[in-house]
Amino acid sequence: MTPRALMRSTRFGARRGGARPPAVAGSALLLVLLFVLLAASLAAECRAGETAPLRWATDAEGGAPYTFKDPKNPEHDIGFEVDIINALAKEIGRPIEAHQYGFSSLILGVERGDFDFAMNGLEITPDRKAKVLFSRPYYVFREQLVVRADENRFEDLEGCRRTSCLVGTLEDTAADRLLHAQGIPAKMYDGVVEPYRDLMLGRVDAVLLDLPIAIYYARPNPELRFTGPPIARGYYAIAFRKDETALKATIDAALDRLIRDGRLRAILETWGLWDDAQEALAASTGDDILTESRRSWTFDRYAPLLLQGAALTVLIAFLSFGLAIVIALPIALARLYGPRPLRWGAILYVEFFRGIPVLLLLYVLYYGLADLSTVSGLGASLRLQPIQAAVLGLGLNYAAYEAEIYRAGISAVPHGQWEAAACLGMSGWLAFRRIILPQAVRTILPPMTGDFVALFKDTSIVSTIAVVELSKQYQILSKSSMKYLEIGLLTAALYLLMSVPLGLLSRRLERIWGRGIL
Amino acid sequence: MSAANETATAGVALSVTGLRKSFGGRTILDGVDLAVAPGQTVAVIGPSGGGKSTLLRCLNGLTDFDGGRVVVGPHALGPGLGKGPHRATARQIRRILGMIFQDFQLFPHLTAIENVIEAPLRVLGRPRDEARATAARLLDRVGLADRGDALPRQLSGGQKQRVAIARALAMSPRGLLCDEITSALDPELKGEVLAVLETLRRDGITLMVVTHEIGFARRAADRVVVLDRGTIIEDGPPADVLERPKTARTRQFLSQILL
Repeated sequence: MTPRALMRSTRFGARRGGARPPAVAGSALLLVLLFVLLAASLAAECRAGETAPLRWATDAEGGAPYTFKDPKNPEHDIGFEVDIINALAKEIGRPIEAHQYGFSSLILGVERGDFDFAMNGLEITPDRKAKVLFSRPYYVFREQLVVRADENRFEDLEGCRRTSCLVGTLEDTAADRLLHAQGIPAKMYDGVVEPYRDLMLGRVDAVLLDLPIAIYYARPNPELRFTGPPIARGYYAIAFRKDETALKATIDAALDRLIRDGRLRAILETWGLWDDAQEALAASTGDDILTESRRSWTFDRYAPLLLQGAALTVLIAFLSFGLAIVIALPIALARLYGPRPLRWGAILYVEFFRGIPVLLLLYVLYYGLADLSTVSGLGASLRLQPIQAAVLGLGLNYAAYEAEIYRAGISAVPHGQWEAAACLGMSGWLAFRRIILPQAVRTILPPMTGDFVALFKDTSIVSTIAVVELSKQYQILSKSSMKYLEIGLLTAALYLLMSVPLGLLSRRLERIWGRGIL
Repeated sequence: MSAANETATAGVALSVTGLRKSFGGRTILDGVDLAVAPGQTVAVIGPSGGGKSTLLRCLNGLTDFDGGRVVVGPHALGPGLGKGPHRATARQIRRILGMIFQDFQLFPHLTAIENVIEAPLRVLGRPRDEARATAARLLDRVGLADRGDALPRQLSGGQKQRVAIARALAMSPRGLLCDEITSALDPELKGEVLAVLETLRRDGITLMVVTHEIGFARRAADRVVVLDRGTIIEDGPPADVLERPKTARTRQFLSQILL
């Protein structure tokens, strides 16, 4: 419809309808125009499809020297991968734009088609290869063992195993698999900064990570040193969706040109990453080292690990809830009956711990306290083990909620009960213990059991301080096996197995205890 | 007054002098003087809000007061209950002066007999067997020998109040404060409670009974005290106070409740 026709028909309509307000006619016109514009822009986009920027997914958070925020200009991403991308864009004659995406979800994002490809230190592994398409490698990585500068017990992984030391690494990496294969106890981290931190704090004895990470994060640190030559090897490559064979061919050809004319080498040298191992890039298609990292995830291999995670979840839930209900009682009593300063202290406690996120609390307890111990010379006492920090953090947090439940339950007992007890010569404490508390328990128990079920699920948050409980175990296993659904259902079943009986118990207690009153 | 039996040693002497208390700007007790001889039964009557309950609660230290003095046997109490010495004195007074409430205040999580033995066990440190035997005798005495294992919610109001009396007696008190203990009961249940009270009087225990039961006062009290607007306006034998009241206010009050 041409604008002229539109105008004619609205005029016509206005005359015939008589009462029709002109505003309605105007907005109808506007709507039609919008549709026309939208359709036109969509068509334009379709035509421009070939030259539109390719969408590249990467995680720039803590990602040096791969892709990271330029410290001098945080708006701007830098890194050896950024340089490679720029070279590739020039080579294929199409702009490439970066999209921030969580590292641990990159492969999933590729599968889902959220972007055109992912490139961020992704190792080629058989499990991943089953899900996505990999380009030819652009970097040969190796693993570097890093220890504290004053370490004198061992010099290599073998010595490390003999002294049964603990090695920190990133989960689901070649280093992780290497440690597992050699039977060396490993502690899994999410990020690359935390393992080296914990190494300095003495929480782990060594850190095994990809060489670029070690070069960037550990080598400049005078408290740490490399020990032994780099070991093992693997490939970083670009990941595409399975059906993007054409795009893969284009990128592979471009990479091939960058490798052959030395531009890739120049980039890697700029970043201090070129070494003899990179000579292999010229010939590699990425298939040759698959056997090295093979690790297939069958039920009998992941089920025991999940059960271990579940056991840890149970342990943390019980310990932290036990702690919570023990410290909550004096807080509730202080708030109800304490002298003014104590009462204010209790209110402060409740408001403080209810008001801050548990995640923050866990970080402060685990990393913050450890900092304090190095500064103030308090020794190792403040260097909490992850499980200690987890139990303490959840316990302190839940104590705030449980204190309020205690308080409500105790206040709900009629004041006359106190007087009746006093008139029988009972002391305040005796009256509380024998008369008030047993009655309060009836009101306290059902919401408390409810909180316990909630705590059970909240334990998943402690994975942030390197405790591998059930949820974390699920993340690790599903990521390395790519069996998100299968292992996910099993994990859910385990949670239900733990929380449903608790829910039933809660309802049962409610029935039993609810009966006694009046 | 008969000789003391198993529950009561000799009754205790009570006295208050110049007792004053105000609350929220309202005067509740305005200089009350009262002396009760050991073993005496005193009925305290008067219009609502006259200060009857407050007087009882000051006697055993449940409520603080602003001025005056309370003496129970050898223990003397002044204003300022929150402070250490008076708090300890109040507890000593409660050991010899029991109290029964209008709304019973049985411990709902304990059976009748557990209600009765709790304080002897935990406060007096009696052996469990002995405490149970005494409790069984006391429940029998209040006519509830067969209800010892019932929970409070399974008992009628009159039965609850009788358990409360047995519970108070289990501490072998030398005096008992009864705060409108039949007011929450249906008329047909009042009799059973008042009958128990009359047997206590014969035991020689000192009784202070705040009540609206004029019949009970006439029949069972040695003395009737009329408390109105925080002062005692009449004090004497039941025959005098109830039949020949001296003040117009007492006459008015009596005519109202006897209607």
